[in-house]
Amino acid sequence: MRFESLLASVGHTPMVGLPNLSPSADVRLWAKLEDRNPTGSIKDRAALRMIEQAETDGLLTPGCTILEPTSGNTGISLAMAAKLKGYKVVCVMPENTSIERRQLLGMWGATIHFSPAAGGSNEAVRVAKQMALEDPDWVMLYQYGNPANSAAHYETTGPEILADLPTITHFVAGLGTTGTLMGTGRFLREHVPGIEIVAAEPRYGEVVYGLRNIDEGFIPELYDPSILTTRFSVSSRDAVRRTRELLEQEGIFAGISTGGIVHAALGVAAKAVKDGRRADIALIVCDGGWKYLSTGAYEGTLDDAEDALDGQLWA
Amino acid sequence: MATVSGSDVRDRPPDTGETPAMVIEVRIPTILRTYTDGARSVQGSGATLRELLDDLETRHPGMLDRIVDEAGLRRFVNVYLNDEDVRFLNGIDTELSDGDVVTVLPAVAGG
Repeated sequence: MRFESLLASVGHTPMVGLPNLSPSADVRLWAKLEDRNPTGSIKDRAALRMIEQAETDGLLTPGCTILEPTSGNTGISLAMAAKLKGYKVVCVMPENTSIERRQLLGMWGATIHFSPAAGGSNEAVRVAKQMALEDPDWVMLYQYGNPANSAAHYETTGPEILADLPTITHFVAGLGTTGTLMGTGRFLREHVPGIEIVAAEPRYGEVVYGLRNIDEGFIPELYDPSILTTRFSVSSRDAVRRTRELLEQEGIFAGISTGGIVHAALGVAAKAVKDGRRADIALIVCDGGWKYLSTGAYEGTLDDAEDALDGQLWA
Repeated sequence: MATVSGSDVRDRPPDTGETPAMVIEVRIPTILRTYTDGARSVQGSGATLRELLDDLETRHPGMLDRIVDEAGLRRFVNVYLNDEDVRFLNGIDTELSDGDVVTVLPAVAGG
């Protein structure tokens, strides 16, 4: 497949069957390999779409600095696209994110501004909003509330999945900014009667929920619960266990959030088997495992991995 | 009931021969442990989430107001029944069974 540039190659990812994890011939799992994007994650789609929308709207002009709160992948995608397009990038990132993410951001030329571990991405969002107020020359694309984020998935991820799997009955993806689920889910709901849209949300260690007040919580502006059929909270232990199973049984080396998605998808699959219904369940492989090698998720006992991940933002 | 729970160990109390009381484990987030003397999880009973929360309020006064308001669950509070968000079940009226695990968490950002 030939493209004019790296940016033009974003998306068009393969979908592969998971014959060993699928419970039966009638209930099958399919993985969309979003790690096959230019910087290795699904966030390339949203980052590029948000930048191009901001250019169209006249918000981004050559020489501008993009400011974004991100736990990593979106920042990495923005940094790559910005480098090719001539913008600077400043990422506000919680300090409890993996070393590889920092290395990759630096490699593509982004500057990192660390926010405190306590409060996780909530805190990064708060700090970035404050910084944007103080310097009006900085352009915050704001992935949590930017309609171009979910539009990327409505326009590309959704149609690609439907084209590859017209018999789809369930779509399972991770819930972070909610962009993937909102955009892909909305598209699939419009085209597949009765489809179930299932969210897998990471349940982190306690420090990440270390808010001062329960009313400081955060819900992305993009989130529309009416798109979802249901939503599961997946512990780091279950996510790591499934990440390892995906590697062991299907040969797919994925990041930890993908393990969480596989966990939810297997729950959905088990229910379909129990109810005697056929199912074609599409799930998202968000990124590869490379960025998480240092977390210890892929070696030692599950207990060790769970301890090592406690307090880390692994999705 | 759909569940993806596969790893939860559900310890049940020993059989005393009396009418078995319903026991539900409730996991409490750090921010609400001022109401539980620092305990990470407490036990309660109730046929629905509403009854369970009312039961907890008798031993942990003040906690109920932090979880619910007149409209139901507070906006930034998420409650999961065996890992599934109760807003997609029956909300505050979600039915509970003996051995269920209820997790309360504040809403936080991902991405």
